[in-house]
Amino acid sequence: MTRGLDGPSPEERPTPAGRRNKQGIRIDPEIEAKHDPRRTVISVLVEHEPGVLSDVSGLFSRRQFNIESLTVGPTAEDERARITLVVEEPDPGIDQIKKQLRKLLPVIAVRELEPDAMRRELALVKVNAERPDRVAAVADMYDAKTVDSSPETATIEITGARQKIEAAIETLGQFGIREIARTGTTALARGTDDTAVPPTESAATEAKQTQQFTQPADDD
Amino acid sequence: MSERAAPVTTTEEQHDDQEPARDAEESVDADATAEAASETEQQPVTTGAEAVVRALENAGVEHAFGVQGGAIMPVYDALYDSEITHVTMAHEQGASHAADAYGIVSGEPGICLATSGPGATNLVTGLADADMDSDPMVALTGQVPTEFVGNDAFQETDTTGVTTPVTKDNTFSSEPDRVGTDVSEAFALAREGRPGPTLVDLPKDVTNAETDREPDEPAVPHTYEVQEEADREIVDAAAERIENAQRPVMLLGGGVIKGEASEACREFAIEHEIPVVTTMPAIGSFPEDHELSMEMAGMHGTGYANMAITHCDTMLAIGTRFDDRLTGGIETFAPDAEVIHVDIDPAEISKNIHADYPLVGDAETVVDQLSEAVDDSPQITKWRAQCQQWKSDYSMAYDTPDDEPVKPQFVVEALDEATSDNAVVTTGVGQHQMWACQYWTYTEPRTWVSSHGLGTMGYGLPAAIGARFAADDDQEVVCIDGDGSFLMTLQGLSVAVREELDITVAVLNNEYIGMVRQWQDAFFDGRHSASDYGWMPEFDKLAEAFGARGFRIDDYNDVADTIDAALAYDGPSVIDAHIDPQANVYPMVPSGGDNGQFALTEDQL
Ligand SMILES: Cc1ncc(C[n+]2csc(CCOP(=O)(O)OP(=O)(O)O)c2C)c(N)n1
Repeated sequence: MTRGLDGPSPEERPTPAGRRNKQGIRIDPEIEAKHDPRRTVISVLVEHEPGVLSDVSGLFSRRQFNIESLTVGPTAEDERARITLVVEEPDPGIDQIKKQLRKLLPVIAVRELEPDAMRRELALVKVNAERPDRVAAVADMYDAKTVDSSPETATIEITGARQKIEAAIETLGQFGIREIARTGTTALARGTDDTAVPPTESAATEAKQTQQFTQPADDD
Repeated sequence: MSERAAPVTTTEEQHDDQEPARDAEESVDADATAEAASETEQQPVTTGAEAVVRALENAGVEHAFGVQGGAIMPVYDALYDSEITHVTMAHEQGASHAADAYGIVSGEPGICLATSGPGATNLVTGLADADMDSDPMVALTGQVPTEFVGNDAFQETDTTGVTTPVTKDNTFSSEPDRVGTDVSEAFALAREGRPGPTLVDLPKDVTNAETDREPDEPAVPHTYEVQEEADREIVDAAAERIENAQRPVMLLGGGVIKGEASEACREFAIEHEIPVVTTMPAIGSFPEDHELSMEMAGMHGTGYANMAITHCDTMLAIGTRFDDRLTGGIETFAPDAEVIHVDIDPAEISKNIHADYPLVGDAETVVDQLSEAVDDSPQITKWRAQCQQWKSDYSMAYDTPDDEPVKPQFVVEALDEATSDNAVVTTGVGQHQMWACQYWTYTEPRTWVSSHGLGTMGYGLPAAIGARFAADDDQEVVCIDGDGSFLMTLQGLSVAVREELDITVAVLNNEYIGMVRQWQDAFFDGRHSASDYGWMPEFDKLAEAFGARGFRIDDYNDVADTIDAALAYDGPSVIDAHIDPQANVYPMVPSGGDNGQFALTEDQL
């Protein structure tokens, strides 16, 4: 009993020589397309309404995008909030993140920031402080401030680029770190450049929205 | 029409009595026009629930599918006075599939209703199904009163939370003055741009509350933007690519049907004589009896379709999301092809397959743009001949020896023969679904109704119910089901009987959950773990118990007559077709495999 259909078997069929890579891009044997992950900052302007943060974070977990940090806060307009995301993905993934974010209804504008954008993070570091003067001296090196102290502890506030905060934490490590809280990165574009505004408010920004940067953000 | 000035007690008779009665306050000169106006004039909205129903009426909704319950009762109370026909389903899953199928066949969003908690969660499968297939659908769910939300109240579920990943958009409606507009907006969103399911969660206090706010007309929110026309420069570049192609194919996806672009695609393909392959959701977009049709590609697509997409050098892909059931392994998918990708959703461009020519826009508009831009047809006589050769090399033929149990393919072909060209086919999920793709010749869009992306067993019967309400009276509705799939939602037969729906269900009964059995034979050494369903009920008798007509097929001699009798019966009928339990679906591309290496027999897997 035959089980199946007639026709030339797989070995007898011609097969094309070409290939695609995992991103579905045809592989040119001359220049094989390769996409290493890069870190970048995406700013998202959203309607300030309940559920938008879970919409955004849900999108990231559902689609398995690699998220480094996410911060959110109000903007100059009451009805809008800004979400700043730091992500690390290969270029096609970053492109997908931007497109998928744009599909969410409460999302007004999405923009990947230039590598030179202003990026800041805040950290609170609580260390053991038998010698508060020495702690204060180290904090000073990083433009940090002591915001609380007790007979045994000192809490330092540091703001700055991620690298600076990491360096500060490492140096403070000598005193014995009790606790750390960090905010994640928030960011704005430099100068007159708009961070993320509705397309109708800036034609120039809209044109730029498709822009993709090949280098990572420059404080890393 | 609402006659709810005096509350609640309105019976049918009273309702009729009130029709001609003139309101005392109405001026005499209005009398002449009032007769006509009373047919269309609506009473002012007085509650949130009435605003919900008014929004549906404004949107032109004629049918809704659902099940009653505590939290949704105010909406049902308002529906009582509406012209909208409510179809009470036996299970909310059925309501969501019926609404989904209604949307596929009619092109307008299907509506389903459920109460809070278990009612809402029972809709989830249908929402996920519609979401995967981009079918327009609106779900309205009851919710516990706002003050109880978050307290684990009786029948409370975080419905918007549960359904966020499986809806295009959902809303917790918290204002009596907004609730009607929330529904209007959900309706507009469900069909605009890339269609999809939307949901509005309706707390009972909001629908019960007084409001005089008439809902706004259906309109999408300002943050939702759809690009209709593709970038001119890319259109021109794509046109040039098509003109110079040596081995072009058109790959039509479900978006062609949803975007009403079937006609434009047919004209384009026929004018330039380009072979056409479809995905499963696009079945019917191009007539399968046309010479240029290569039919469906992918895991169980035809051998010739898979040869054509594997060997093409130019692929005009329209409204497809390059699902893995279509592409097989990405590395071997159309490896020589430059891809022109038309899609209304920018996020589909280069998601799975890199687009060399991304054309974001409405399918019909962009195909028209391309039509205008392409001056000369590609010179592809040899390629067309090659495609025809593949059609004969890998023809979809099967044996029907008399001494064997009936072949499922034969039953599908016999059903196709006995029905007219515009008959609507719905299916469950499994082998029968694949045979229904392969052995039925589809020629019209919106006649193929199936669960593609989610692959939902149990879809067939409730979908046939929804399709019946959307189809024209002269269109037959046939459900080709599997025994396992049918068993999952056959309580819907009670609905079909009550509503006297003229649908014919053909259960291809192999007493297996056959597709699983086929994979176990191929990939798990024939170990039939939990796939042998030897305890199937007699579906013909079961149908009779529901009040439908039951038929049975045991051998080839029964097939034609039984099908004729079942189709002739003016009401729901069920054919229990006992088929060859060992029959398998071929061709087959194993998961992640190379489309060009499809297996024609078990030995080739
Ligand atoms: C709700 C659901 N559960 C499980 C599956 C997995 N599944 C896919 S095909 C199949 C077998 C279907 O059997 P049947 O409906 O009898 O159809 P046949 O393959 O025998 O034609 C199963 C269990 C599914 N697709 N959907």
